[in-house]
Amino acid sequence: MNHWKLTLPAKKQAFAQLRAGDRVLLSGTFITARDEAHQRLYDLALEGKPWPIDVAGELIYYVGPSPGFGAFAVGAAGPTTSSRMDSFTPLMLERGAAATMGKGYRGPQVKDAMLRHGAVYFVAIGGVGALLGSRIVRREVIAYEDLGPEAIARVWVEEFPAFVAFDVLGNDIYAQQDEWRQTKSKG
Amino acid sequence: MKTISVEEIENTVADLCKQANLRLPPDVVARIRQAGKEELSPVGREVLDQILENAQRASDTGVSLCQDGGVTIVFAEIGQDVHIVGGSFEEAVNAGIQKGYQSAHLRGSILDSPFHGKNTGFNAPGVIHTKLTMGDDLRIRVMPKGGGADNMSQLKMLVPAAGVEGIRTFVLDVVEQAGPNACPPLIVGVGIGGTFDSVAQLAKHALLRAVGEPNPDAEIAKFEAELLTDINKLGIGPMGLGGTTTAIAVHVETHPLHMASLPVAVNLQCHSARVQTAVL
Repeated sequence: MNHWKLTLPAKKQAFAQLRAGDRVLLSGTFITARDEAHQRLYDLALEGKPWPIDVAGELIYYVGPSPGFGAFAVGAAGPTTSSRMDSFTPLMLERGAAATMGKGYRGPQVKDAMLRHGAVYFVAIGGVGALLGSRIVRREVIAYEDLGPEAIARVWVEEFPAFVAFDVLGNDIYAQQDEWRQTKSKG
Repeated sequence: MKTISVEEIENTVADLCKQANLRLPPDVVARIRQAGKEELSPVGREVLDQILENAQRASDTGVSLCQDGGVTIVFAEIGQDVHIVGGSFEEAVNAGIQKGYQSAHLRGSILDSPFHGKNTGFNAPGVIHTKLTMGDDLRIRVMPKGGGADNMSQLKMLVPAAGVEGIRTFVLDVVEQAGPNACPPLIVGVGIGGTFDSVAQLAKHALLRAVGEPNPDAEIAKFEAELLTDINKLGIGPMGLGGTTTAIAVHVETHPLHMASLPVAVNLQCHSARVQTAVL
């Protein structure tokens, strides 16, 4: 298990060395989007219309932060469940997104797409919103302002902690559960 | 007879909403700290450390524990000798939720309708459960219930022949299927008995109990302890990253039931198990 400090956006080669279970501290910038934002981009793609954002080379973080106040750019900003974005993720990767980040398992179609495109998946710890929000130093809405916390935003982060959950070789962090399992899985 | 104004109710609910979202209750903190000493996986321990650090940070800065302030569940026990004056109880509670969430800079997570709903912007309306009690106290408990854990909860109408083993299998299945999505370590609320509608409420009500406090019935308490041991053998671990702490407590509540039925509901609570109580 390795510890990495990554600056984003990064070339895909920088992600290729990461292995599931590695810890990362992310600095630089990435994009935030969740359910409704994905739906709108997906619908635009179906209609053959252009997107309001370019996801090429970006990490997409599934989050709807609580509002910032005082000196805080955002309030709490922990990950939401990634699998709700599964049906949209292959398209995002096709359009060049280099990584996604959220919490929880990804479906087989997302894993296939990640392997095909050399993309990786990170997980952040759910429910530690105050801690993760403190690592986001700036947020600018770049599309769909009407969605409020669900708007697509660019965020600037300093040492945002996460784990590599799915790497370019197809290793999955959730396989670690098997090491600690002491009961037989029921059929 | 005690007279309580709707303004007092509104202000109390507002304060409870704010406190609940900023403070992890001491019983939860203590149990997570204990779990940190017992957890065998280093990654699991790191997750538990982050949870404790987060609780400290939320309390120090006024930034909420989690961006998901959830559906605001309000349990009210209203004494028969309480007279509420100046308006509607329900409107006062919802106004309190709005005031509390707005003043504490919390996210609005509530859509006004399941069909192309719009975010109400201030997290109201909540879900309100009322119960009449003896006396002249009004006891209000506020539980911000995150979407991730509620989404992974399940209800099943078992046949009586399934018995205790059927219940055990179902509870383990629910926790297993939830995996990381419900943000473990969990508090697992289990309702058994009653009817289709009441059993779900029983399971939710079980989450209000002080963490790890056993059911007063010795047989049920034993079942809770066994379930906790079984759940922690699943290997899911803190946030599903593997480990020996998948749940910090199992709370079972029961109700008399029809001889042809065995309703069971499992309501999962994430590690951000937020509850605050006030008595007027």
